[in-house]
Order: sequence, then structure tokens, then C-alpha cells
Amino acid sequence: MTRRIKGHLQALENEAVYVFREVAAQFERPVLLFSGGKDSIVMTWLAQKAFRPGAVPLPLLHIDTGHNFPETIEFRDRFVEDMGCRLLVRSVQDSIDRGRVQEETGPDASRNALQTVTLLDALKELKVDAALGGARRDEEKARAKERFFSHRDRFGQWDPKNQRPELWRLYNGRKAPGEHFRIFPLSNWTELDVWQYIRLEEIPIPHLYFSHEREVVRRNGVLLANSDFIELMDDERPELRRVRFRTIGDATCTGAVESEANSVEAVILETGAARVTERGGRSDDKRSEAAMEERKREGYF
Amino acid sequence: MTTTTTGAPVETDLLRFTTAGSVDDGKSTLIGRLLHDTKSIFEDQLEHIEGASRLRGEEGVNLALLTDGLKAEREQKITIDVAYRYFATPKRKFIIADTPGHVQYTRNMVTGASTADLAVILVDARKGVLTQSKRHAFITSLLGIPHIIVAVNKMDLVDYSEARFEEIRAEFREFSSKLTVKDISFVPISALHGDNVVSWSDRMPWYEGGSFLHKLETVNVGSRRNYIDFRFPVQYVIRPNQDFRGYAGTVASGSISPGEEILVLPSGHGTRVKSVEGLDGTLEEAVAGDAVTLTTEEELDISRGDMIVRRKNVPTVNDRFEAYLCWMNEEPLDPERSYVLFHTTRQVQAFVDRIEYRVDVDTLHREQAETLGLNEIGRVELTTANPIFFDSYRVNLATGNFVLVDPHTNVTVAAGMIRGEVRRLEALEDAQDAIDRPVSPAVVWQGWNVPRVERESRNGHRATVVWFTGMSGAGKTTIAREVERRLFERGVSTMLLEGDQVRHGLCGDLGFAAGDRTENIRRVGEVAKLFFEHGNVVLCTFVSPYQRDRLAVRSLLPEGRFVEVHVHAPLEELRRRDPKELYLKEERGEIDALPGSKAPYEVPAAPDLTLNTAVASVDDSVELVLARLERDGIIPKPPD
Repeated sequence: MTRRIKGHLQALENEAVYVFREVAAQFERPVLLFSGGKDSIVMTWLAQKAFRPGAVPLPLLHIDTGHNFPETIEFRDRFVEDMGCRLLVRSVQDSIDRGRVQEETGPDASRNALQTVTLLDALKELKVDAALGGARRDEEKARAKERFFSHRDRFGQWDPKNQRPELWRLYNGRKAPGEHFRIFPLSNWTELDVWQYIRLEEIPIPHLYFSHEREVVRRNGVLLANSDFIELMDDERPELRRVRFRTIGDATCTGAVESEANSVEAVILETGAARVTERGGRSDDKRSEAAMEERKREGYF
Repeated sequence: MTTTTTGAPVETDLLRFTTAGSVDDGKSTLIGRLLHDTKSIFEDQLEHIEGASRLRGEEGVNLALLTDGLKAEREQKITIDVAYRYFATPKRKFIIADTPGHVQYTRNMVTGASTADLAVILVDARKGVLTQSKRHAFITSLLGIPHIIVAVNKMDLVDYSEARFEEIRAEFREFSSKLTVKDISFVPISALHGDNVVSWSDRMPWYEGGSFLHKLETVNVGSRRNYIDFRFPVQYVIRPNQDFRGYAGTVASGSISPGEEILVLPSGHGTRVKSVEGLDGTLEEAVAGDAVTLTTEEELDISRGDMIVRRKNVPTVNDRFEAYLCWMNEEPLDPERSYVLFHTTRQVQAFVDRIEYRVDVDTLHREQAETLGLNEIGRVELTTANPIFFDSYRVNLATGNFVLVDPHTNVTVAAGMIRGEVRRLEALEDAQDAIDRPVSPAVVWQGWNVPRVERESRNGHRATVVWFTGMSGAGKTTIAREVERRLFERGVSTMLLEGDQVRHGLCGDLGFAAGDRTENIRRVGEVAKLFFEHGNVVLCTFVSPYQRDRLAVRSLLPEGRFVEVHVHAPLEELRRRDPKELYLKEERGEIDALPGSKAPYEVPAAPDLTLNTAVASVDDSVELVLARLERDGIIPKPPD
């Protein structure tokens, strides 16, 4: 049996699998946060490899903003079934209905910030002690110092000055009752690594990642998909463009890029030459210079 | 091989390196320059720092802004934690652990260095080798990183002077000769202008080595791994149904294939590997670094924290060991408290028993210490509640590292590198001091004329000293005499030294006070050694009540050539036997107090053999001694 992958991707795969197994061993109620995006798809794929021939010993948790591209949900349900995983869904709409949060208003309204409350409520309800996410250190400056095992206090908050030193491959998952960990097995991957891995492993991903025609509006330098979820400003005229998404999140703030890339290979070629970071297409990061850091302190993933 | 437009082939390898140096050395600028010149900076990031540079009133683009992440740091203008950066060239993917070189942050350097294959140490060409540079080099050496690149930066500010570069190189070399880093190379650069960073600069035509990036691309990776000693810490048990039971984990070192004989620690049970399941299916072999699942021929009770090893290559199993410890917490080390020790996939309670010394990381001097504070490094002895399975960090990084966690705050407070078992050096040194072997003046000894090994080879057996210790009347002499008789009959060359016998001549001048007993044993030890060097199995029967006297004799002999036999029976039984009526005389006050009765007898802490003569017969005891000598390979087994 020859391995399909070698070199640095094999090293990254081995590392991620090690982290998954460590989580299963050290925690009682871990969940894998599943957004439907390629990183969480790769995470699920790795989890399935880590525990084969056993089943993945942790459920997937989707925090649903309700502002989804329809393709995302269809894909999610099919993929989860194929992987033999258990899926839990908690929705922002519920949090709004129960009065836990208030919907933002105005043209830039987004449920991106609201989902933090839904997420923390869900973690509490499910008594989750470890939530695995697909975040990578290369995505944003504030993430460069993130640990594989990132400790959160009882309020789900991250204290950048109070993170534990992480040495060799000894991950310390000890905590007090009520606290939990965010865990990032893909910490050392870059966007290009993720794409190369998807290609070599032939992992299915939603079509939104490939070039397609879509009505978009340009706002603050970001191309947003025109949908029922966004409110057009007076001077905004939707236009038809060939675009693809580099991340898939809430439809109100996930930016598209103009692209002709219609296959994984084409996306890799484009990513290798890409001049804008992946998150550069997300309008929520641009709100302030230290935007990401602030949201992380509050418990954003 | 498939390549992308940037030319990056998919099968590139991975180099993890750490960078150390203070802000002033231009470390952030160097990293910014590497990312910029290898086209790893995206347009939006560049725009962003261009804007930020203008806001700060700086001319041009401040590349250092690319790498400082957290708000607090931006305010303090220093980096205070390890940050990880990524870039790739067509040859390699790189992970940089960017660690601040600020005085206070030894902790971060140790963290960054723990996973690195190479360390970059920045030196400001104007300032030369500072205390800080030395500290960086020491930590690199302590953490066992095999390669150092010394980047002599700001060459533009010393007119690209070759003489200055050579001066710094010489100074660094002199200091580093005390360290154990094998490969140190030097490169003169200007991170600000990009000289010799990515490509060779014509501003320093005298420099003939490769550029900084060229060195990073060509250094040998993976040299920290041990590919010989198979160690497999069991991480997780996979048991989906009755038919499958697999042990998941990552091969820490060495390699393994189906059919090989294995041993499970701590149970000591043996079996064979049935299959090696990789992430894509069954494998013929798994090597260090591979995440796999092993199945075994026989079903054993194996769980997380156990270690699977080869039958004939076993790590040290012990609950005491020596280590270098780097303390990483504001709260100093408390020798009275227990910590949780994380080692491979095992977690056990541990105490730091003793701080042998603290290292001044700037001068490398050793100093006495009662505790270790934040950022201090020391050599310590630890005891764990249960044995752990380890190798020395130098030989096997994967099974030689550990961290300590505070069980109350759950914070990781220290990082450790195991040196090995506690050698009980202290006890030996004390014994040596107490009985310093006097050397007559003007005597020069040239070694044995006929070496012992030649005598052993002719005799057909090895030499050893069997030391029978125990209270009067326990049966030492009776057993030793019978052992000698049996050995003699088997053609073994022997000598028996008895307490009463030596007191008739060699030690006739000595009494039974503590000092006299010690001198008695010293003389006997020296005599035993002479007979040992003559190739004999030397049987010694002495009460020898003091542990340190016995250790002193042990220290005269090579490892494994001193068999301590504790001959033991309860005091009431000895009083009943009393063959020489010694206990009776003691009772009447006619002789000095007897060890174990009215005087102290220090029971051996770790005898090689214990014979309980209240239970075992003389014959049984003799058989046990002979079996021990056969097992140790001192005497051959008799033909069946």
C-alpha cells in the first residue's frame, strides 16, 4: 500500500490526526464545529481517518445563522451522512426568538456577531468541554499565536496573556468545571495546504468554491452575493459576475472573488498566485484593525 | 511531480525553525523581508501595513509590522509570545516559531525551540555578541536543536565590513565551543535592504557562502528524530466491535512491521504485531512520526498511557530520574508540592525532590538554589507516583521530554528534558569522601600486568563480588560456604572472605565502634577488589551495617559486578538460633551492641537478592544465588 500523500502534507496530516486522538482521549464531551466550509469538511475527513475502523467519537455541531446559501445545507446533510457522523444544529433564529440576542439592522446587518451567543449557549447546553475548529494560524495576525489547545474561561472568553505554553506535542487539556477548550488541529496548515490536500485526497466540497455566475453587489471593496438576506443601499446595483467563494460563512458577509477557476486544480493555481488573503474577502474583519482579536476575546471562533 | 504556478511541488518537505533576537536586532524586519521576498505577503496585508506605516509617520513600508500580532504588543512595541508564520518556496514549506528575545522571555524561546529543527540567532553587527545571543545559543543547545544559523544583521550600518563580520564569528565560535550544537553557520545580512536574505548580495563580494534562504532550503531536516529505538505510546484504543481492537498512536521513534515481537509496558506482557493500520490502509512498515493503529496477535489488556516497544529494545522504566527543568510560571517551583507530569501519553503525579543546581543562562555558571523562578533553568531530580518509560532526551527527544502542570490552576508551569536515571552520585561521593582511598606519595601505578578480561577468558567465567550482608546469625557464612563449594565443583575460581577470618589478621587492630566498622569494610573492599581483578568470584560475608560502606565497596567495582545479597531473618529467630551466643553476651553486656539489635543496621534499599532464612532452606538459598549468577552471565549454566 503506497500512501497518496508525502512530504509536508503527510506531516500536517499526522499532526492533525494526533490532535484528534488526543482530544478523544482527554475530553469527555468534545464536538467538531461544522460550518459547511472547506476547512470543516477537511476536519471531518481527518476525524474519520483518525478513528477508522471505528466511528468518529464526537458529533458535529453546526451553528446555523439562517443566512445560508442553499447549496451549503444540501451539501452538509449529504456529506455528514457519507462520513457516518452525527450532526447537531443550533440556530441563531432560535436565539433571536428566545430574546437572547437582537437582530442587527441597517445595510451592513449581519448575524455573524450574534452566532457567538448561540454558540456559547449550545456549548453550555451540550456540556461541551472541547470544541474543535478548522481555524488556521495563517489566516489572520491574531491567530498566529493561537495554541492547538486554546483555553477558554467560564464565559467562553480567550485571554491572550493567559494561554498555556505548548511544548513538543504535549497538549494540556486540564481545566476547571465549566471551562472549555477550543482546539485547532489545522493550526499549521495554510490555505494552499488545504487545497492541495483536498485534491490529493479527492475530498468533495460544495460548488460555491468553484467559478459560477452570480448576482453580486460591490460594497467596501468586497463582492457580496445578492440575496434576500442583504439590504441594498440606494446606489447599489446588483450585477452578474463569474465568481467563486474562498470561504463559506454567513451569506451577508462572505465575499466572493471574480474567478474562472472551476476545478480544484484551477483553484490551487489561483491560490498559489493569489494576492489577497482568504479573510480579505470577509467584511467583518475590516471593521477595525484589531477586529479579529476583539471578537476572539468575546468567544468568536 | 505536480507543481503549482508558484512552482511549489506538492511533495516538498517541512522545516520548522525558531528565530531569536530582540526587537532591536531587526528580527521582525528579517521575517517580514523573508515573507515579502518569497512572495508570501498578500496584497491586502501589504496595503494594510503601508497604511499603518504612514499612520506611524514612518518612511516606506515597515516590514516588521507584518509580524507583530496582538494589540498589547503593538502598544508596548514588543512581541511577548511565540507567533507562528508560514511561507513556502519551491523546495520547502517553512514554519517559523518567532520568539521574542527580551530578557524575560526564556520561556517563549524554550517553547519555540521545542519543535524546531533549526534556530536562527540574530546578532546586530554594531553590537556584536551580547549576553542575549549567548542565552539564545545555550537554550538552543539545551533543547537539542542540531543546527544554528547566526544572522549578522545590519551589515549596512557597519559598511558591509568583512573584518567586523569575522570578529563576530570568532567571538560566537569561542562561546559556542562549550555547547553541544553540531552545526553552526554564519551569514552577513541586511534585513532592511534585503542583502543576502533571499539572494546573494554584491555589496559583500567577500562573502562566499549561500544566502540566508539558501541555507534554510538546504539544511538536512528530520535529524532530530530517532529512527532506531521503537517506542509507541498508546494514545487511544479503537474498538468498534468484537472483531477489532486496535491501539492508535504516533510512532515516537524507530519503526515497526507486522510479525515483530513486542513488549507492552508497564505490564511486561509480550506478543507480536498482527497488523499496522495506516491512515490509508494496511502498511508494511511504520516509522517515526507516522500516525497509525497497531493490532496484536494476542489480545492483551492495553490502554492509553501504556507503551509498546520491541522485546529486545526497552526504554528505562523508573519512578526516579534526573532532568533539566525550565520554569515557566510566576509562581516559583515548590519542592513540597506535587505536580502533574505529562510524558508521552502518560500523566502521573510528580515531586521535584532536589534541585542539584541552577544554571545562570548568561554565564553558564552553576549555582546552588532552593527553588526555580520564572525563566530559570536548573538540573533537578524527580520522583513520580508510578514509573514512566523514558530515554534520555539527547538520545530520543520524543521519550525524553515532559511538562509539569499545576494541579490547582491547571497551568503548564515547567518544561523538562530527561538526562537519565538518578545515579545516586551523592551517596557514592559521600562514601568516597568518608573513605578516601589514600594514595602513597610518589607512587605511580601502571595498571594490571595481566588484565582481568584475559584471566576471565581463560577461566571460562566472569569475575564478580557477591556481598552477603545481614545481622549476626542470619546465615550469611553458612550459605556463602555452600555456594563456594558448589562453584568450586563447577570449576569456578573463587575466594571467600569472612568477617571473623579477616579480624584475625588484616583487621586485627580494629574494634566494633562505628569508625572501626567502616575501616574494616574499606580494607575488605580493597582486598575483594584484588581477588576480583584476579578473575575470581569473590564471596564476602560481613554484617556491614552501614549503607554507605556497602555503596563504597560497590563503587570500587565496575557496573554489574557487585551483587548485594541481603540475608535476613527476624530478630527473635536470630536470638533463638544464636550459634555463637553473641546475643546472649550482648544481653549480659559482655560485648558491644549488635547491629540490628541494640545498634543500627541499615537494611539495603535495593539489594540484588534477598534471602529470608526464616522461610528458605540453605539449599534453596544457595540455588537462588547460583541462579542469579547464571542469569547475570557471570558463570555459565551447567549442561542439562
